[in-house]
Amino acid sequence: MKLTVNGTQMDLDAEPDMPLLWALRDLVGLKGPKFGCGIAACGSCTVMIDGVAQRSCVLALEDVDGEVTTIEGISNGETLHPVQQAWIENQVAQCGYCQSGQIMAAVALLDEVPNPTDEDINAAMTNLCRCGTYPQIRQAIKRAAELKSQTGGEA
Amino acid sequence: MGKILRRTFLIGGAAIAGGVAFGAYIVNRDHANPLIGTTKEGEVAFNPYLKITEDDQITVMVPRAEMGQGITTTLTALLAEELDVTLEKVTVEIAPAANAYYNSTMLEEGAGKPHFDRSFSAEALRATMGTVGKVLGLQVTGGSTSTIDAYEKMRMAGATARETLKLAAYKQTGIDTDGMKTSDGAVILPDGTKLPYGSLAQTAAEIDTPSDVALRPASDWKILGKSQPRTDMRAKSTGAPLFGMDVDLQDMVYATLKMNPRLGGPMIRMDTTEARKIKGVIDVVDMTATQDEAFGGGFAVIATNTWAAFKGAEAVDVEWGPAPYPATTEGIMEVIANTLDRSEAEGEGDVMREEGDVKLAFADAPRERIVEARYQVPYLAHATMEPMNATAQLKDGESHLWAGTQAPTLVRDDCAWEVGVDKERTFIHSTYLGGGFGRRGEVDFCRFAARLAKKTNGKPVKLVWSREEDMTHDTYRPAAISTWKARLDDDGFPMAVDGRIACPSIIKSVMARTFPSIGAAGPDNTITQGAADQPYDIANYKITGVKAPVDIPIGFWRSVGNSYNGFFHECFMDEIAHAAGKDPIEMRRRIMAKHPTAVGTLNKVAELADWDAPAVEGQGKGVAFTLSFGCWTAIAVEVSQSDDGIRIEKVSIAADIGKALDPAIVANQLQSGAIYGLSSCLGEKITFADGMVQETNYDTYDAMRMYQCPEFAIAVMETADHMGGSGEPGTPPVIPALANAVFNLTGKRIRSMPLSDEVEFV
Repeated sequence: MKLTVNGTQMDLDAEPDMPLLWALRDLVGLKGPKFGCGIAACGSCTVMIDGVAQRSCVLALEDVDGEVTTIEGISNGETLHPVQQAWIENQVAQCGYCQSGQIMAAVALLDEVPNPTDEDINAAMTNLCRCGTYPQIRQAIKRAAELKSQTGGEA
Repeated sequence: MGKILRRTFLIGGAAIAGGVAFGAYIVNRDHANPLIGTTKEGEVAFNPYLKITEDDQITVMVPRAEMGQGITTTLTALLAEELDVTLEKVTVEIAPAANAYYNSTMLEEGAGKPHFDRSFSAEALRATMGTVGKVLGLQVTGGSTSTIDAYEKMRMAGATARETLKLAAYKQTGIDTDGMKTSDGAVILPDGTKLPYGSLAQTAAEIDTPSDVALRPASDWKILGKSQPRTDMRAKSTGAPLFGMDVDLQDMVYATLKMNPRLGGPMIRMDTTEARKIKGVIDVVDMTATQDEAFGGGFAVIATNTWAAFKGAEAVDVEWGPAPYPATTEGIMEVIANTLDRSEAEGEGDVMREEGDVKLAFADAPRERIVEARYQVPYLAHATMEPMNATAQLKDGESHLWAGTQAPTLVRDDCAWEVGVDKERTFIHSTYLGGGFGRRGEVDFCRFAARLAKKTNGKPVKLVWSREEDMTHDTYRPAAISTWKARLDDDGFPMAVDGRIACPSIIKSVMARTFPSIGAAGPDNTITQGAADQPYDIANYKITGVKAPVDIPIGFWRSVGNSYNGFFHECFMDEIAHAAGKDPIEMRRRIMAKHPTAVGTLNKVAELADWDAPAVEGQGKGVAFTLSFGCWTAIAVEVSQSDDGIRIEKVSIAADIGKALDPAIVANQLQSGAIYGLSSCLGEKITFADGMVQETNYDTYDAMRMYQCPEFAIAVMETADHMGGSGEPGTPPVIPALANAVFNLTGKRIRSMPLSDEVEFV
């Protein structure tokens, strides 16, 4: 199966029905996308495909029709993506397990809506967090929007 | 160890089977430093918590499980404060499994004495149980005890290392230590010369640790008491492979597990033909224990990747035997209800609090002065974000296990027993935890991985549970039913309260899984925790706990018994206030007047919630108070009615923790605990049909999401005499506060959880 992940083309020895998540984790070795539910209900596995947030646990390899970006692919070396910077500034993570997915959902949201309202955030951020970091996620998204407008949008 | 355990083991004050007399030698003996023999070239292990290399790498070993509560940051800060290093300069490592990292506070608090009871007998019991903790060497994270337990230990580890480094500087320079200072990772000589700790480490290794080191007063603290950037924040914002789920080893194979969904029942038959045809499947293994085991029967599929293992597990044709408990929720609740009613009729049960004479107080009570109610809660799952998993390897006579665990020494001993390798050759590599909430204090997921490692010819095997396996094989928060009766005095204050709670015994269930050879005799104080230990001053006050015989696996769920007793007790207090026509905060201030700490939290929460503002149509507010895990916590919840349902607008928390080592982390924990509790109001319940759990994933067992999350106002207070914990206390009072707010808004008194069964939330 041919795949482009974080700008690198690869050819994986995998069954076409294997969900992208398991190909990324077990075959490619990228552990950023997390396994949470396997039914697209929690969002821990969120990656972007051609810039759109997708839940990779239910997306079969044969249905992947664009370039995959995982959390490992959004920073520029040591310079983190504005969303990641805002996450650190606002001390969002607790256990941290869902945060890769939360960050990817936020990156996709801000690419589409540079200055999201609370309603925009509620609609886009449907990922589950059992530690309940939602208030900090909301603050961090607003902060990331500021950082992005200051830096011109790129990490 | 086994014998000591059998005689004296105790969790939650339930199972003191014999005396707890240890000789002074055993009690005073220190456990060996587990870092000896593990250090790198040029690295010195000062004590179990600190390593320093010649080239100035300072590593703090954190002996508790990091499951989101920020413990790596706060425990490191305790040591760094006395060592005089900044947090940025320190590398944090999760400590290995070792008895030296025992948690005595958990057993002290498990003794079950109310937090406010500081009588000689209560303190003596705490001290005794703390001794048991040390002798057993139990390294556990739970009961919101980590910072309390580490408060002296880790500061002392930093202070003695600092003084040893000064002595090393004396040995190197001949200059008297009196004129030396320490700052920013260096000893500073009177002339201003800086000697970095690394340059002194080797010399320090040859010096006996001084024994007369004094800890600094809080007024001198530079790090503690102030919010610090978390040490794990960058890793957690970049997707770093921190978790058990992320373990990746050479030649590793992957596996998943299916145990009987009728919990504890046997596997009658399995046909693996179809499963073995799936590409990537290596083997299908019977996981049923050869000896008696609480987990019943089941199998595991070993494969070249997780997905193949999942597909293989689905393809196994299997027949499951019956469950050892009633097949339906109705049947289970009937057992608990019958136990409650029979115990009441026959005057049985464990009386866990008794003041005055309740019987007498009700004997002549006029009907209109009596308030009565019956409450109940369902089973609940932990539903950690990271499903259960562990990786194990058995090779060259050594047993290795990688897992996020709240109980590393228990896991070590259990896995050593499981695979037949000495404890000394069993190595637990603790990872970060994708949520714990009590679930990862269990040994099941680790024991299964160790069992499977016997079948993989020396290759490491990563055993990952599907979400469905995790949700349907939890150690659940038990269901509970309770009856309540109060008599009001002439002024409308409660002069008598009689509460009776029936619930399956958590201690009995935990012991049966973890230590099947030890019984769990005596009362189980988790049944009445949160009801029998509250600082209310009521002349006639009786709380009785009754063990209900239901053999569904149950365990410690964030705040344990407080999670249901907070709901029972504090909704009933609201009923009393309503019956008497009193403001629920004012009534509590009166009944807790002997405890200024409690009153302080009520005053603060009233301020945060603007409690005395006039009522507004379409809006409601409720309040509750629970003292749990040493944290006096008052919560007010504000709700509003919309066309689509009730919205939770704002949660105000006033929590007096005595001493907040990191105020931001404490506030975040209170918020987290509150959201965990609110989630349980919004649809969470575990139900049974045909002996199987019916909720299998987040589509049927959900939790609060972003759009439902209220605004928070949190006050972290520090007036209490004793330091408390923060991981759990947010959970108990938020549940009744919401129920009371719903009553205030709608007039509907909901006495059964989840609240969403009776009202719609948006």
